[in-house]
Amino acid sequence: MTNQKDFPAGPGFNRRTFIGAAAGTAVAPIVAKAAGASGGPAATSDPSLPVDVSLDINSATRSLRIDARTTLLDALREHTGLTGSKKGCDHGQCGACTVLINGRRVLSCLTLAVVAQGQRIVTIEGLAEDGELHPMQQAFVDQDAFQCGYCTPGQIMSGIACVREGHAGSDDAIREYMSGNICRCAAYPNIVAAVRQAARAMSDEQKG
Amino acid sequence: MRPFVYQRASDAPSAIQNLATATAANNVLTEASAQPLAGGTTLIDLMKLDVMRPKAVVDINPLAASWSNVSLDDDNLRLGALARMSDVAANPEIQQHYPVIADTLKLAASPQLRNMASLGGNVLQRTRCSYFRDVSYHNCNKRNPGSGCAALEGFNRSHAVLGTSEQCIATYPGDFAQALMALDATVEITGRSGVRKIRFSDLHKRPGESPQAETTLSPGELISAFLIPGPWPRSVYLKVRDRQSYEFALASAAVALDLQDEVMRDARIALGGVAAVPWRAREAEAILKGQKFDDALIDRAADAAFADARPHRHNVFKVALGKRVISRALHQAATMEI
Ligand SMILES: Cc1cc2nc3c(=O)[nH]c(=O)nc-3n(C[C@H](O)[C@H](O)[C@H](O)COP(=O)(O)OP(=O)(O)OC[C@H]3O[C@@H](n4cnc5c(N)ncnc54)[C@H](O)[C@@H]3O)c2cc1C
Ligand code: SF4
Ligand code: FES
Ligand code: FES
Repeated sequence: MTNQKDFPAGPGFNRRTFIGAAAGTAVAPIVAKAAGASGGPAATSDPSLPVDVSLDINSATRSLRIDARTTLLDALREHTGLTGSKKGCDHGQCGACTVLINGRRVLSCLTLAVVAQGQRIVTIEGLAEDGELHPMQQAFVDQDAFQCGYCTPGQIMSGIACVREGHAGSDDAIREYMSGNICRCAAYPNIVAAVRQAARAMSDEQKG
Repeated sequence: MRPFVYQRASDAPSAIQNLATATAANNVLTEASAQPLAGGTTLIDLMKLDVMRPKAVVDINPLAASWSNVSLDDDNLRLGALARMSDVAANPEIQQHYPVIADTLKLAASPQLRNMASLGGNVLQRTRCSYFRDVSYHNCNKRNPGSGCAALEGFNRSHAVLGTSEQCIATYPGDFAQALMALDATVEITGRSGVRKIRFSDLHKRPGESPQAETTLSPGELISAFLIPGPWPRSVYLKVRDRQSYEFALASAAVALDLQDEVMRDARIALGGVAAVPWRAREAEAILKGQKFDDALIDRAADAAFADARPHRHNVFKVALGKRVISRALHQAATMEI
């Protein structure tokens, strides 16, 4: 507590805010003060107020005014009409909500929409180009890799990342690196076949 | 989920300031009214379950530029706390010089979760005890201090047999922490008065009388990095679980050996899935150290590791399983080609 000089005094950390902050215990006024000092976006001292969030989804910018609690999954499904990403468990356990952020597969149910600002989000709706299915989508159709289809958007997003990461070299690798996507209908053998087919198509595409 | 104020940290001092001022009455970090957010795969999950109820969430991801570096010099590995599990697991140098670290990360969670989750958040993940995660149970000493422990008389198959107390028998669920334990890692902690370093083995607290206090961190302190002496090319992580992938450990062992002409000049063993905190099996190590690699000796060491085990109704199997995991992990380490 005594040697705050260890940090260089800079914006948001001068002696005045340090003392003010150190003296208090309640959260709200302090965060308000700090928000002003650090100039972070979307900062507000009242948790009941909505926040302004701008998301880059499938190469389009969407400006939303939403509760800070909104997950990216709910922002997609409830606020932008993109219902392709599915809510299975809402707790990071099933993979149905998988999307790509900056090219990496992540779970949109455990990602806050405010945190996803300024990043490139791709959902299942953003895959097809000029009416032509992505090779992974086509492979799922060709290989009959779904029954009810509920897990499928997540499987396809995850499958694309699996191939790009270089984890589709064998059936065992595919099984291991697709294990974050649960299929209640147990279409697993066909999902493996689809990822295998798409891996070939995607590498041909790169070559050709 | 309860409403919270979202605060994006612009730099470490402002993040620490916001966190430090929002103290918990009892100084228990996980009950502080402001919580740091890294990957969110523990925090957001537990906020949805109403287990964690911060009034402010401080997004520390903007610090990643300086806190996600991985660097390796002659005898020290430095892992930034905001490095992502998947990136560290895929690092070829870590795979070669510290395979046990790459293994613990690769065998944890799912590819999506590993892309999101940070190393700092990983070691601070909270137990998967289902009574802890379900707030409809009142009696959980970790969540409601003094309320009792539903798991003692409940379904306790996944619970711990080592390091528990009458107040809490929850298992520490993580994998990576076992590698840090085995390799004598140091934690670099950044707080209001600068940087301090502690041994990783001093980070987690055994449940004892107050299972709600899980670590020695105070509100306002952030883990900024892990420092690991080495290299340990002869090291493995063996994880046994109910399914082959994407599941927490029932029993696991991080093992590192310094083997010369079949003599174990050093032997390190840390256990997961069986203990209340990241667990170093020092009694077992003492039996092995300086000795020739030998099956009977290894059996003795495995017995010693579980000599103080206190199983409950449904987890008796973890004692036998844990011993076999130690034995197999040691054999794997001894026979690996380096
Ligand atoms: C379905 C599922 C399966 C899983 N399986 C496994 C498994 O098999 N093995 C395994 O090891 N893990 C597993 N996990 C846990 C997962 O690895 C952790 O949730 C993750 O590593 C936490 O990292 P994070 O960055 O997302 O943390 P967050 O959720 O952001 O943070 C976790 C906690 O640490 C605090 N915190 C975060 N960063 C810091 C910091 N730098 N300094 C101080 N405090 C900080 C936060 O306030 C929070 O309280 C699983 C999780 C899920 C949901
Ligand atoms: S084992 Fe610990 S976490 Fe689980 S119910 Fe008992 S006190 Fe709570
Ligand atoms: S809905 Fe996100 S993992 Fe299940
Ligand atoms: S096709 Fe029905 S859940 Fe996978």
